[in-house]
Amino acid sequence: MKRQLILEDGTVFKGEAFGSDTDKIGEVVFNTGMTGYQEILSDPSYCGQIVTLTYPLIGNYGINRDDFESINPAISGFIVKEAADCPSNWRNEISLDEMLKSKGIPGISGIDTRKLTRIIRRHGTLKGAICRIEKKPEEIIEQLKATVAPTDQVKRVSTKTAYPSPGRGKRIALVDFGMKHGILRELNDRDCDVVVLPYNVTASEILLLNPDGVMLSNGPGNPKDVPEAIEMIQGIQGKVPLFGICLGHQLFALANRADTEKMKFGHRGSNHPVQDLRTGKVALTSQNHGYTVQRESIERTNLEVTHIALNDKTIEGLKHKEYPAFTVQYHPEASPGPVDANYLFDEFLSMIESEKEEGEAKCQNVQI
Amino acid sequence: MPKRTDIKTILVIGSGPIVIGQAAEFDYAGTQACIALKEEGYKVILINSNPATIMTDTEIADKVYIEPITLEFVSKIIRKERPDALLPTLGGQTGLNMAVELANAGVLEECGVKILGTELSAIERAEDRDLFRTLMNELGEPVPDSDIVHSVAEALQFVERVDYPVIVRPAFTLGGTGGGICANEEELVEIVTGGLKSSPVHQCLLEKSIAGFKEIEYEVMRDRNDNAIVVCNMENFDPVGIHTGDSIVVAPSQTLSDREYQMLRNASLKIIRALKIEGGCNVQLALDPYSFQYYVIEVNPRVSRSSALASKATGYPIAKLAAKIAVGLTLDEMMNPVTGKTYASFEPALDYVVTKIPRWPFDKFESANRKLGTQMKATGEVMAIGRTFEESILKAVRSLEGGLFHIELGEPASDRLIEKRIRTAGDERLFYIGEALRRGTSIDAIHEWSRIDLFFLHKLHKIVAFEETLRENPFDHEIAIKAKGMGFSDATLAGLWKTDERSVYEWRKGKGIVPVYKMVDTCAAEFESETPYFYGTYEEENESVVTNRESVVVLGSGPIRIGQGVEFDYATVHSVWAIKEAGYEAIIINNNPETVSTDFSISDKLYFEPLAIEDVMHIIDLEKPMGVVVQFGGQTAINLAAKLVERGVNILGTSLEDLDRAENRDKFEQALRALGIPQPKGKTATSVNQAVQIAEGIGYPVLVRPSYVLGGRAMEIVYKQNELLYYMENAVKINPDHPVLIDRYLTGKEIEVDAISDGTDVVIPGIMEHIERAGVHSGDSIAVYPPQSLSNEIKDKIVDYTSKLAKGLNIIGLLNIQYVVSGDEVFVIEVNPRSSRTVPFLSKITNVPMANLATKAILGNSLQSLGYTSGLVPEKPGVFVKVPVFSFAKLRRVDITLGPEMKSTGEVMGKDYTLEKALYKGLVASGIQIKDHGSVLLTVADKDKQEALQIAHRFSNCGYRLIATSGTASILTKAGIPVQVVEKIGVSDNNLLDVIRNGEAQLVINTLTKGKQPERDGFRIRRESVENGIPCLTSLDTAEAILRVIESMTFSAEAMGKADQSQEVAYT
Repeated sequence: MKRQLILEDGTVFKGEAFGSDTDKIGEVVFNTGMTGYQEILSDPSYCGQIVTLTYPLIGNYGINRDDFESINPAISGFIVKEAADCPSNWRNEISLDEMLKSKGIPGISGIDTRKLTRIIRRHGTLKGAICRIEKKPEEIIEQLKATVAPTDQVKRVSTKTAYPSPGRGKRIALVDFGMKHGILRELNDRDCDVVVLPYNVTASEILLLNPDGVMLSNGPGNPKDVPEAIEMIQGIQGKVPLFGICLGHQLFALANRADTEKMKFGHRGSNHPVQDLRTGKVALTSQNHGYTVQRESIERTNLEVTHIALNDKTIEGLKHKEYPAFTVQYHPEASPGPVDANYLFDEFLSMIESEKEEGEAKCQNVQI
Repeated sequence: MPKRTDIKTILVIGSGPIVIGQAAEFDYAGTQACIALKEEGYKVILINSNPATIMTDTEIADKVYIEPITLEFVSKIIRKERPDALLPTLGGQTGLNMAVELANAGVLEECGVKILGTELSAIERAEDRDLFRTLMNELGEPVPDSDIVHSVAEALQFVERVDYPVIVRPAFTLGGTGGGICANEEELVEIVTGGLKSSPVHQCLLEKSIAGFKEIEYEVMRDRNDNAIVVCNMENFDPVGIHTGDSIVVAPSQTLSDREYQMLRNASLKIIRALKIEGGCNVQLALDPYSFQYYVIEVNPRVSRSSALASKATGYPIAKLAAKIAVGLTLDEMMNPVTGKTYASFEPALDYVVTKIPRWPFDKFESANRKLGTQMKATGEVMAIGRTFEESILKAVRSLEGGLFHIELGEPASDRLIEKRIRTAGDERLFYIGEALRRGTSIDAIHEWSRIDLFFLHKLHKIVAFEETLRENPFDHEIAIKAKGMGFSDATLAGLWKTDERSVYEWRKGKGIVPVYKMVDTCAAEFESETPYFYGTYEEENESVVTNRESVVVLGSGPIRIGQGVEFDYATVHSVWAIKEAGYEAIIINNNPETVSTDFSISDKLYFEPLAIEDVMHIIDLEKPMGVVVQFGGQTAINLAAKLVERGVNILGTSLEDLDRAENRDKFEQALRALGIPQPKGKTATSVNQAVQIAEGIGYPVLVRPSYVLGGRAMEIVYKQNELLYYMENAVKINPDHPVLIDRYLTGKEIEVDAISDGTDVVIPGIMEHIERAGVHSGDSIAVYPPQSLSNEIKDKIVDYTSKLAKGLNIIGLLNIQYVVSGDEVFVIEVNPRSSRTVPFLSKITNVPMANLATKAILGNSLQSLGYTSGLVPEKPGVFVKVPVFSFAKLRRVDITLGPEMKSTGEVMGKDYTLEKALYKGLVASGIQIKDHGSVLLTVADKDKQEALQIAHRFSNCGYRLIATSGTASILTKAGIPVQVVEKIGVSDNNLLDVIRNGEAQLVINTLTKGKQPERDGFRIRRESVENGIPCLTSLDTAEAILRVIESMTFSAEAMGKADQSQEVAYT
């Protein structure tokens, strides 16, 4: 069955339908990872977006039970050059097509995805629609132009209620802005006693849990659409050690009066080199963001840039100059992508550790 | 980190001659490295014995030594040049081994030479089996369990620990004789018992078998800041068990989930960090298809064939950056040369599929064992890029030039044979799988037989299944688009649609079903990139922008094979450079990932495409070049000339008609007659009777060969009528459609000449004389420059004939001529209207840039305007020899006898002031050890006995002992030459094979090739020599040359003569 992808600039791609038989509109973005499509399409940060993968053969190893990053994928559509119909891998359970069908996500295959990528690269991210072949492009283009970008993605993907993921170690309050399971997995691997909280949790609610640390998760969309989180961060920083990833990083910057801006087409892939400015070392990182912290705005804050993207020099890591708080724009939990930055979770826990010691030392001082 | 300033001069060791397992990839790596080091301001000294390479051009390094890569010669150069540092990791195993040898001999310490890149201790830890296991255990990286056992009981204990299946390898047996895989106790007992018996030390190595696992490779790089990246990962189509050089390889991996990909990436990075490699490294891993269990198979702490493939597959130039890392630069401060805007510290993202298929020499060696295993047998490879796996593999198939355009068989085969060929991997397995699928064999059955991943088999099945759709829908627009997107060739479509290739092509063109070209940019289009590196595919957007500049297309020479080696890539690259110099846009089309010509920085535009007519025409249709150059790409390019002209393409240089005149026997004869140049008498026979008559008329010996086979295959010299009859019965099929050519065989000196003509002037850079008499393929002969035994009259005659031929055949560009000098007469044997094997050799010796001049002549410049005049260029001082190098040890069952069919894989050069010294260097560089004493085993055919006597006498005088069987021995004894008699094959324990096995002979001379029993015995002697690493000479001329060297090295030991005449002479 034929299907089409229509972009707001008027480009029309005709291809084959797969996945769910629905029409969807979304922001079209590309990801350059050659593996990890299951993780990508279940990453809540893609909420409302239509994702194209630059690698042409997708679905080769099927869909397995283990590699989901959320229970219900939030992407609006999936674009590939070729969707494998005979996947092969020992963990394979269902095909990509079957999975997308069951989750109500439309897909389109058989199009020149490199051409699409180049359009996005030149034009910047743009709106698009995956729709039935009968639809008139002019009408769809009008509709696309009239579509206002959503602002409620975080609300859509965040948990509605708090829930625990118990462990015997440090207590971490994990604020879910559209959290990838990978973050929870890394904390659980380190035996953390995690409480996952909805995005609109307040500072006092967090403090009531008496956590050893607060983790700000990744999530979709514009950080400025979640003002409640900015307020929450302002209420906890300095009181509890803090670690933020992706949207969590941007929210942390906003909470400290830095600014964020939309990028032309963002960073999405598994091969982004990030340099640690303190050691000069480069880590290959997994990234997925369309917004970035504005460089100049850092000057008016109490923040220090710790990491930059090697290629475009955008900010990839921040640290508070006074409080125990640091954040990264990329994904140390990987899944998918390289685990080069995985050590950050350990750094988070050791920061908590040293804070505790300092705290105890302070208490002792007070006693004397 | 900035580059090192404590070093100024760097010695780079090349990889020497092309042999199986070490081919053009090291010319590519070495050339890139030398240029990179020079770019950084270092003085580069290069040593490489292989003249047929770009890297040994004097522009590539500051000083180029074409000398043997042996301790003796490299030490000499180090002592002379006093380099500050040595970069050993770019010259393959040869370069690495040499560095280790130099270190062990104390030369590096003595001369204060530092090792760059990777410490030798790290190299040792990667290469020494035990040290490697220890390191892996320390790192917690799994390696297959193994143990040495001395008894069946010990073997059973081992299996209790690791479980079946296990591989048994008896210690110290050649080629793994007596080993095997055991899946149960019965097999284990049987194989271990046998293995212990066949092992001279009664030991077997037992290893947990991982055959059938997925074989995955990672190309990784690391700098001295410990930044480490993966450039590319690759998945072998063939599971573990077949050497990766003999495997079909796909990049990136296709069946690995991200978790598996990252798990193996982590292991690879951990290993390169532990080894502290500064540069590139290749890690081979085996992954269980049913779990996360994996094993590290091997680590190559250097650039390799795989890194060349990874460089071409991704665009990321590993060798260039490895060289810069070696001098201290780090990945985060170097730019990615492809984008020019992003950094080298980056992992390329591919948005296409790459397939590599090896090219094997079994078309040349029909008797060879075609089974694939752990010993690599391929001489070269092709790579193809597509947006689907199907497209990529089918493009690779038609790049092979194996006469096939599709996954099908050339000849009928039974179901049983098909199953057998799929179960036991050979070079044609892919094609047998195609046929099996066509016959309805289930994918599961093929998987069961081959263990090839279902993903690949499903893809192949899709291809085969689509054939039916195509057959039912001839000239259907939609279906044709789909078929082309799956990589179907026009030839295949034509077959299915019962039409011819050209009609399909024209129809497609009319319908606009033509490919677009996409860029290989390392980043999947994320960043803008100006790299002019393209591949074709059937999609929407074309990225190859045609410029306003006038352009010239150069066709490359495809995969390296016997008879078409790296020397054609050399000429191709020089032609491209000359075209650029002349102000045109130079566009290259080639499909060999190993070569310099497919480095995107060489040409203005590189199209990595099959050299099949449709693929070449698509590019020409797009680029509309002023013409196409076919002279430099060997037979591959020449073979396309006719089809190009048919399609209205302008061939630059010698015209198609004239190309044909040189290659078509009848037309060539006419031309020679018109020019008054003699050629050996010959005629064409279409029946056995006629053949006998012709041979009688010409007189024996005669040279016979089928007219329908190229490249000297099945060519033979026959001395008698019964030999002729035997040949006619066994070697060829003769009938009016398949005539046999019969020529007079002239025993004489073979001479080879290369010349350049612009139509007016004919420049002859040099004449080369072959050591071996006519009858040995020129590629397998030792060539000497300048000729040592030709009179000036003969030379003049050769120059005269050459000029006449060049003009008479209207050559514009290069030509290569082979002559036989018999007495005072000069006969033409062959004219090749193109670049030849000797072009780089002669260019380097004479400083005449032959490919450059030829290209300029092709582009319309006169040779005079370029500063050259007609005639022979004055001879250079010194003597230069080109010595062939063979890869026989890697090709079992191949007869090593030199004859009209070429067998060598590479060559080396020896240069010095006398012939003997030059020969010494050439022979040593080719791997023959020359000792001043020892034993020679002599077994010669009856016709050679008189000549052999002379040689035996001289060996004896040098102090060599002679060993022979009774027949030869009695003649030697009669002539008063002391000889040790050994038994013939099959007799007693101490027969001549034992002499070889026990290392009692240092040299074997064997000319037993005629007649059934002698041939069989002679074959066994020759193979035994090869397998024991003892030089075996099958031409008395080669023996004589070695003898000359030995004689020049030693003083004679002759008793005083009695009543010597010379005294009388002296006193008068």
